[in-house]
Amino acid sequence: MLRKMVVALMILICFLLQTTVFGWLDFGGIIPNLMIILTASFGFMRGDREGLVIGFFCGLLCDIFYGDILGFYAMIFMYIGFLNGKFCRIFYPEDIKLPLALIVSSDLTYGLTCYILLFLLQGKFEFISYLTDVMLPEAIYTIVVTLLLYPVILKINSGLEAREKRSAQIFV
Amino acid sequence: MSPVIRKKGESFTLPSKYLLFILTVICCVAMLLTFGTDFFNIPLNTAAGYIIVPFQQGISSAGEWLSNRSDELSQIRQLLDENARLKEQVDALTSENTVLQQERYELIRLRELMEMKDKYSQFETVGARIISRDSSNWYSNFTVDKGQEDGIALDMNVMAGGGLVGRVTSVGPNWAKVTSIISDNSNVSGSVMPSGVNLIVSGDLQLMKDGVIRFSQLLDGDDQVEAGCKVVTSSISDKYLADILIGYIDTISLDANNLTKSGRITPVVDFEHLEEVLIITQLKQQVDEKDAIE
Repeated sequence: MLRKMVVALMILICFLLQTTVFGWLDFGGIIPNLMIILTASFGFMRGDREGLVIGFFCGLLCDIFYGDILGFYAMIFMYIGFLNGKFCRIFYPEDIKLPLALIVSSDLTYGLTCYILLFLLQGKFEFISYLTDVMLPEAIYTIVVTLLLYPVILKINSGLEAREKRSAQIFV
Repeated sequence: MSPVIRKKGESFTLPSKYLLFILTVICCVAMLLTFGTDFFNIPLNTAAGYIIVPFQQGISSAGEWLSNRSDELSQIRQLLDENARLKEQVDALTSENTVLQQERYELIRLRELMEMKDKYSQFETVGARIISRDSSNWYSNFTVDKGQEDGIALDMNVMAGGGLVGRVTSVGPNWAKVTSIISDNSNVSGSVMPSGVNLIVSGDLQLMKDGVIRFSQLLDGDDQVEAGCKVVTSSISDKYLADILIGYIDTISLDANNLTKSGRITPVVDFEHLEEVLIITQLKQQVDEKDAIE
């Protein structure tokens, strides 16, 4: 129960930061994708199940506010969370390389999916320009923010896990 | 053997691939439903309005204050130069203004004669503050702090600094989403001012960083339209009120079909530094086919 509340609060804070504070801190109109960081990190820290549920809610929030079609971003984020969950087995909290690589590739996958579904299907074929103007800057800015945000997420998660372990031991 | 394994003493959990499948189906159904109807819009918009918007309002007003202070510091020198230049301009404009004043009286008199007074009268507007921007980098939409409770309705036109910003595409009780004309999914029917020929103004992600928007479908056989011409919303537009200034033509070129022209428009609105907008509470008159007299 506590976990659910904490995670809901984190989704809310990340969404608010992304849409308000980072709107003022943009570089050339590009903002980092905090929702991807959150979805991907819970995916590989906690497994595919939690990843997909958190991804679903992150996406739904984006859909309600800024999506034209409800469920579009929810689905993209959900699959990203699910796929990140597949890397749960090789994840170690001490290692920062795997999380960084996974978050960046998640962000690029998200960018690519958005480009294909929203632009390529409209007949806009200038892939290189979208890649250099939107996807790569977003990925780079996201890495920078990951370096700050990921340790916080990790700390909160390990705190929650320690607490869950303790309460489980009480019953044994 | 059933894939849903239930161990003794353990609460029932659905395997994640089944959960993924179920949620995918839910997403697909939601997409199909929202594609045609606005079934989910009202309850979800209301919920979002009470949970998220108050936070956004608070954070963005604090952020705006900080950003304004830092801007002020960096702009003082620039403003001093500008001030000197503007003072000269004021003198020039004052003399020009007196001439225009006289012409205006003449215009009013002539308009009264033609009984067209109402058409050109000022629009009723409501001021609103931008509280958050699009969560993705693909479109440039934003949310404002006025909604249904303040009399905002779908498709109302949004202006700032004397020019067109966009229109309201989603409304909650205390917020409204505005799709700007520079957003990639926006198309506006416009017309070039002196000659009155129509064109389509469409937002483009690739041009957004240069601060210009694309126009196309300009039929101009006599080469009347040139760079610097004024573009306003056209009277044949479905959603936009007529004669709102969009911008000035920047470049123009003939299309491959040798019939239409396309090019770029510099919008009058500074989309980069937008903070407050005016929402016109008057809606474009809609024609309902069903009500037509057979």
